[in-house]
Amino acid sequence: MQGLILKDLGRRFGAVDAVRDVNIELQPGEFLSLLGPSGCGKTTTLRMIAGFLAPTSGSIILDGVEVSSPRGSLPPEKRGMSMIFQSYAIWPNMTVAQNVAFGLNLRKLDKAEIRRRTGEMLEAVRLNALADRYPSELSGGQQQRVALARALVIRPKLLLLDEPLSNLDASLREDMRFEIKRIHDEFRITSVYVTHDQSEAMVTSDRIAVINQGRVEQIDTPYEIYTKPRTRFVAGFIGRTNQITGRRGAQGVDFDGFTLPGAAFTGAEPEVFISVRPQSLHLSAEEPVTDNALKLKGTIAGRAFLGETWDYVFRSDAGLELRITARPHEVYALGAPVWARASSDQVVQIL
Amino acid sequence: MTAEIHSPAPARTRRLTHFRPDQLAWLALALTLAVLIIAPLSMLVVKSFTHGTTGGFTLENYVTAYGRARHVQALWNTLVMGLASTVLAVLLAVPTAWACTRTNMPGRTFVRIALFGSFLMPPYLTGVGWILLAGPNAGFINQAWTALTGLEAPLVDIFTFPGLVLVMGVSTFFTIFILVSAAFELLSSEMEDAANILGAGPFRTAFKITLPMAMPTILGSALLTFLVSIALYGVPALISIPARYPVVVIQLAEFFSFPVRIEVAAAYSIPLLGITIGLLLLQRRVLGRKGYTAVGGKGGERRVTDLGAWKWAVFGYVMLVVLLAVAMPLLVLIMAAFSDSWVAGLSLDNFTLEHFRYVLFEHSSSQQALITSVATGAAAATLAISLALSISYVVQRRLLPHAGVLAFLCMSPFVIPGIVLAIGFYAVYALPPVGLYGTYIILILAFTTRFLPIAYTTSTNGVRAINPEMEEAVRILGGGQFTAIRKVVAPLLKRTLASGWILIFVPAAQELSTAVFLVGPHTRVVSVVLLDMSEEGTFERLAALGSVLLLIIALIVLIGVRLLGRDFMLRRS
Repeated sequence: MQGLILKDLGRRFGAVDAVRDVNIELQPGEFLSLLGPSGCGKTTTLRMIAGFLAPTSGSIILDGVEVSSPRGSLPPEKRGMSMIFQSYAIWPNMTVAQNVAFGLNLRKLDKAEIRRRTGEMLEAVRLNALADRYPSELSGGQQQRVALARALVIRPKLLLLDEPLSNLDASLREDMRFEIKRIHDEFRITSVYVTHDQSEAMVTSDRIAVINQGRVEQIDTPYEIYTKPRTRFVAGFIGRTNQITGRRGAQGVDFDGFTLPGAAFTGAEPEVFISVRPQSLHLSAEEPVTDNALKLKGTIAGRAFLGETWDYVFRSDAGLELRITARPHEVYALGAPVWARASSDQVVQIL
Repeated sequence: MTAEIHSPAPARTRRLTHFRPDQLAWLALALTLAVLIIAPLSMLVVKSFTHGTTGGFTLENYVTAYGRARHVQALWNTLVMGLASTVLAVLLAVPTAWACTRTNMPGRTFVRIALFGSFLMPPYLTGVGWILLAGPNAGFINQAWTALTGLEAPLVDIFTFPGLVLVMGVSTFFTIFILVSAAFELLSSEMEDAANILGAGPFRTAFKITLPMAMPTILGSALLTFLVSIALYGVPALISIPARYPVVVIQLAEFFSFPVRIEVAAAYSIPLLGITIGLLLLQRRVLGRKGYTAVGGKGGERRVTDLGAWKWAVFGYVMLVVLLAVAMPLLVLIMAAFSDSWVAGLSLDNFTLEHFRYVLFEHSSSQQALITSVATGAAAATLAISLALSISYVVQRRLLPHAGVLAFLCMSPFVIPGIVLAIGFYAVYALPPVGLYGTYIILILAFTTRFLPIAYTTSTNGVRAINPEMEEAVRILGGGQFTAIRKVVAPLLKRTLASGWILIFVPAAQELSTAVFLVGPHTRVVSVVLLDMSEEGTFERLAALGSVLLLIIALIVLIGVRLLGRDFMLRRS
């Protein structure tokens, strides 16, 4: 079977479980992000895939071959992978061209072939003019592209990226996201991308694995992750959201000031959690006529104008506070009485 | 499936992480360190309790070593001399460091360069310079005094306790100067400004603010200087015997003169080792306390203090230090090297190159010694830096378990005085069954051990500067650990290697304390030959040979400065 499988993968450091029971299957050509806060175990997982770290439980299977298990690991140099490091790790004692050709030289290809492929790759990342420069003469973004070229030129079975954009400044970071996406679309190399930045993950990935405290909370496409978060952690970590707690009652589930039909919710615990995105909520001065799933009367408790949107804090008469994003022309004064509403398909139950 | 995609060999994937070679490497490094450090040190202790003829356990050596009032007196004298010369060294070094780093005194760069000469000049050459300057009869200062006043009685006599302390002080103050300068440079001027604004003048500010803030460094470097001076062999060998002021190192040499009483020497040296270890532990306890390791003011702007007219007074004092420590002894030494007779002083008919011809072309032990000094120095520097680099790499990359033990061993020679180390080496390796006495090997091994801590500190700084991701990038692209070392680590460590090598070569080529008991008839190093010449009283030849040694060392340092930049030797701690 082609592709990468992480099976019940775990890693302990002393008494601490850095990674627990991670199960991921990656199709050939797929781009997966491991997304989570710092210290969640995503880099540990990546380093296990690369072979720098052996798992203490579970296994890693690459193209049908077990490459890591507690019994032993294939060393990184035997895995046919590539990696892009947080520090780029461009070797300062070699020119750009020498950096890129390094992996090909190790594979003992003939000279003409190495030159041809190095040239093509430098072209692909638009660095051919700088081939003979030393890394210290390059900007951060250029170094980043050298790292990309060096990793891709060997046509790896798997490309690993460890927070590759975290050392770039904000605007460059945005450009590089699309650059990575473009290059992935061009070469279709199976990739695993570690990041703590959700928008990086959203732009680049086919699927995102959200990791928290060493466990995978959810694996899904960016759209599913955003619109259908499964857990409270995912809902809170990906974008901003309003998390509301309710209790199961006779008519359905009771929240502060509104009730939703019980059939819409799974599980049997007395408490029920829902997530509603700020942009799924709408404000109006009059009571909305449609039968909205969520309908609340209250006042504007706070507001900030961000240029592209308004950011309102709505406080219901029952005291529930909600963040609501509105378009620039929807102006409400502080303290103004308003109605807030959201349709039922925008209310997501979370665990 | 060709070169394009590289599949791992299927079946054999299992047992690849648990290398046996790792443990072998650890064992090899540990064994090397055992040979260099553990064996000599434990043999020193064992020998001190061993009966010289029967080989059984005994306390007799300690009785012999400390049974005589004269021997105990020598230990006491050593401590008094160490304390006095350390106080002098502090008085020379601290004001000079302050003037060079925090004031607008003229000629600050000149002073720094001139004092660097005192680092290159081994203490025994400074001592010889001072004998020529202040010997009771023919010393230049006394000659000038007699010529000026007509009085026959000498003005100064270097062969006295104050003379000994003076030479010790000027030979050892450079360490304090360099460390305290570094501390002063880190202090933010805002600290001083705060005092100025409240009405304190420059000197009051210096005493109330600047000095106290650098106090931990001053005390620490003074302690180091004390430990160096109680273990120094060259200066006492020149001066303390004629001054009739016995000290430990001279007494140790006596135990080593025929018949060699190695067991007694071992017993006699144990207190020196104990004092060194004890004081360094004490220093760690004191400086380890939070809030006392004060020099912290990063980023703050640093401006020099305007001393006004006082700058000339400060300049005068600093020039005095330069004269005493470097200029005067070096000048008379060079003068003597070119003089028919050094007593006759500077004149054209007294000029000769005969002594250079003699030491370079006629006197076989001088030629031999120059070769030996340079060769053993170079070999020890190479060995020490290779060993230290391997160990610091293994420690920094956590390649092997228990690497911390190796690191600790690497640093441990720091607490062993050179002369004590020599006794330990003699005890294990000199006599049969090993029988290395009189070989180059024993000198090279002893020098390697002596300078291992410098090598280790330099190497660790070098390795720490290389991001491990540089090596991981090699691994993931298909290169092994050794490819990573060869293609990336080694090229990036070139500078570290070169500067570490020179930092060891300079003192190793001049080393006396460790060499004095280990040289054989055919392996005498320059320092030992120079000492013999001083006993013979052939000071002109001594000066010529000493100048040649200084020239070689200066050339090598100059090459280093060219290749590595001006600061590489000054930034050594």
